[in-house]
Amino acid sequence: MAARQREISVSEFFSKNRHLLGFDNPQKALLTAIKEAVDNSLDACEEAGILPALKVEIRQLAEDRFRIGVEDNGPGIIKAQIPKIFGKLLYGSKFHTLKQARGQQGIGISAAGMYGLLTTGKSIAITSRTGHDKPAHYYEIQIDTRKNAPQIITDKVVEWEPPHGTRVEIELIGTYKKGRHSVDDYIHQTAIANPHCEIFYTPPDSTEAQHLARGSEELPPEPSEIKPHPYGVELGILIRMMKETPARHLSVALRRDFSRVSTRVAEDICKAAALSPNANPHSIAVNEAERLYKAINSVRIMSPATNCLSPIREEQILLGLKKEIDAAFYTAITRTPTVYRGNPFQVEVGLAYGGSLPSEELVDLMRFANRVPLQYQQSGCAITKAALGIDWRSYGLSQSKGALPVGPMILFVHIASAWVPFTSESKEAVAPYPEIMRELRLALQECGRKLATHIRAHRRAVDEEKKKSYIEKYIPHIGIALREILGLSAKAEKDVVATLKDVLERSRSKEQIDD
Amino acid sequence: MVKKSEIKQKRATDSSKKVLSAIHASAEDIHGKIMARKKPTMKLPVRSLANVKYQPQRGFFEMKGQKKERTLTVNTVKTFAQTLRMVALSKELVENDDIATKREAYYVSKNWDEARFSEQPESDTVMDDVEAYFGVNREQLGFIPEEKGGDVAGRLFVVDHDRDTGQMLRIDCTKFGSGAYSIPISVEQLQFETNADFILAIETAGMFQRLVKHNYWKKANCILISMGGVPTRACRRFIRRLADFKKIPVYVFVDGDPYGITNIYRTLKVGSGNAAHLNEFFCVPQARFLGITPQDIVDYKLPTHPLKDVDIKRARDAIKNDPFIKHYREWIHAIEHMLKMGVRAEQQALAKHGLNYVIESYLPQKLARPEKFLP
Repeated sequence: MAARQREISVSEFFSKNRHLLGFDNPQKALLTAIKEAVDNSLDACEEAGILPALKVEIRQLAEDRFRIGVEDNGPGIIKAQIPKIFGKLLYGSKFHTLKQARGQQGIGISAAGMYGLLTTGKSIAITSRTGHDKPAHYYEIQIDTRKNAPQIITDKVVEWEPPHGTRVEIELIGTYKKGRHSVDDYIHQTAIANPHCEIFYTPPDSTEAQHLARGSEELPPEPSEIKPHPYGVELGILIRMMKETPARHLSVALRRDFSRVSTRVAEDICKAAALSPNANPHSIAVNEAERLYKAINSVRIMSPATNCLSPIREEQILLGLKKEIDAAFYTAITRTPTVYRGNPFQVEVGLAYGGSLPSEELVDLMRFANRVPLQYQQSGCAITKAALGIDWRSYGLSQSKGALPVGPMILFVHIASAWVPFTSESKEAVAPYPEIMRELRLALQECGRKLATHIRAHRRAVDEEKKKSYIEKYIPHIGIALREILGLSAKAEKDVVATLKDVLERSRSKEQIDD
Repeated sequence: MVKKSEIKQKRATDSSKKVLSAIHASAEDIHGKIMARKKPTMKLPVRSLANVKYQPQRGFFEMKGQKKERTLTVNTVKTFAQTLRMVALSKELVENDDIATKREAYYVSKNWDEARFSEQPESDTVMDDVEAYFGVNREQLGFIPEEKGGDVAGRLFVVDHDRDTGQMLRIDCTKFGSGAYSIPISVEQLQFETNADFILAIETAGMFQRLVKHNYWKKANCILISMGGVPTRACRRFIRRLADFKKIPVYVFVDGDPYGITNIYRTLKVGSGNAAHLNEFFCVPQARFLGITPQDIVDYKLPTHPLKDVDIKRARDAIKNDPFIKHYREWIHAIEHMLKMGVRAEQQALAKHGLNYVIESYLPQKLARPEKFLP
């Protein structure tokens, strides 16, 4: 029996469970592959302090066969890292420290390459250059799913024009569609949430690139790394951390690997777990981890620092909305950071109202986590639940029970966190922790109140205009009728109209003052 | 030389002279107020059931006298202008002894630029306002309805006159075969000859057809009148004059549902809340309700339909707000009975027992005991 058991590699596991990563159908697969590449490019540019300029291309090779290309002006990747990043699942730059970033698990781009390989047999192709005085390297890589290791097919130096940057190409089976879950929508929303980024996008049905211009020259401040807070770790992660810590004593391991754990707190935790502070963390990982996990949650620990977050910020949200959406009214609000289960997070809400937006449809809800648009599983997401829980009628929109409001509006909701609690590996919906729901509700309400003020002022102006035009339109008819009945002269008719206009205008301006 | 307007004046009857001077006086008043820099107002009787009372000895809905004031302000300027233009149109019609149907008046308004009506119900409402404002019949203002008055068959001669020759016409309502005599829009000039025992006013054309086809009027010695839903003013006036003239009873045979009772029957008997100043002439106080009663549904085991939400609302509303229904305990009981059963039955439901069951059994049985009819 034992002889037949063997370790299943992560790659093999995911090749059999690709729905977990967002490759469950051809339309989604195309979107996910582009999304993973774009996420990586933006993260890389920002980390290196470069204003991102991206090229995104989709070429249709056959009915269901596409070749996607994503190119950035980032710092490039050093030669030795390229095969690992693109040919090995769960290879990431983050380990034991947390940082707000688009990608979280380091599965994304290599999984996209693997999906391409599985569906078309073609390798993922990477071109990267780290500086104008460095050569550009071209790789074709396949992933060995059983070993979770890269297999290099081609490795050569090529001529490449950009001084630095990375280009990824993947050939895959997919479906290109317009609408709610489309790549077009993804690009549009990415441009809104990242006004500092410019994108040249070539969809399959076009030969020319659409230019989504930059709206801001300001790079978002680089989020700082933090160690995990004890309240935020799951049992599995705690076991892994204890197994892999270089510390040899439990109390040292707690202090070293977690934030907000002082010597005192470490001792308290050990005491609550009935473990010796000098115990070996490696053996605890095997035997007493569960006790330790329970103990952590029984000890009072200071909330984590929240300065590790990098929100988009109100003015940048407004810039993004204004450059991509033609509306009459824009507003945005960034809440102060707070904490759920030891993880700092921050909620931001923006909205665009009126203008050319369709007024008879449900409002368009755009959800973002760490600046990445979330396009699937809308109904299962905390953001949607919070938006549905708001009484939008009190803000001047119409809303049926249990539905989003109706009106010419786009609602933009962003959650920034070092650890966004997604409901699944494919990162499509945020889990409704009570603290997150509360922040979402407060932010939505605040934007709603600003919207209500705008709508009321607008209605009053329209009303005023209408009343004024009423006087102009209908008073002459009273003149006509009186002339016809009484046989008034033209002059007498004119007098009636002029007098009546004057009387009504006066009473109207008086009403306004009374308001 | 005689002026054209003088000829018109001569042609005008007393009634139109009265109307013309009322129109002139009201316009004069409005004009005067405007020139004195005051906001003109029109006082209109409230046209709703809430503003009528019912006294059985008088026999019809009378206005209680509540008035609404329409002051000319920014908010009312459109309706005010439309009302005045409608009055001006009426003046023109009366002066020229011309008429316009409600629909024609609506089309005339299309010539009023921004003051035009976008739908006919809007112009009808304004016309009803004007009618109530002057307290006259809309025909006196030159406006006539286009709806049909109703159909008549049976033991009746209608005496009318030929338009051109003035010769007397004696119309025999038994000689229309499977057709019927149509009640004209204006019935005041008609005279009657009849020895019928009663008038049977019927809701649906279908039931009327069945009774005509089988010459029921011969068998029962009666006059059959098809109302086709809520009876028009002309139809009500026709029945009233006929019944008064020969002192014959009027029995009403409608669907057994809240609409048949509270709209059709009640309007025929006591008039409407909408034009209460005219009910005195357009009502038939002697009418009695033959069927279909809620009790008939039980007694005749009629096939039924469940009451719709609007039926239930109408029934409850009648018990609560209709001064006529409220006056008669019998009606309250009957309607509550129907609400309790939760069903309604159509006249034609009697066909369940055979197509001519209504002629052979139902009507004879009912007519044997007219004292049992609902008030």
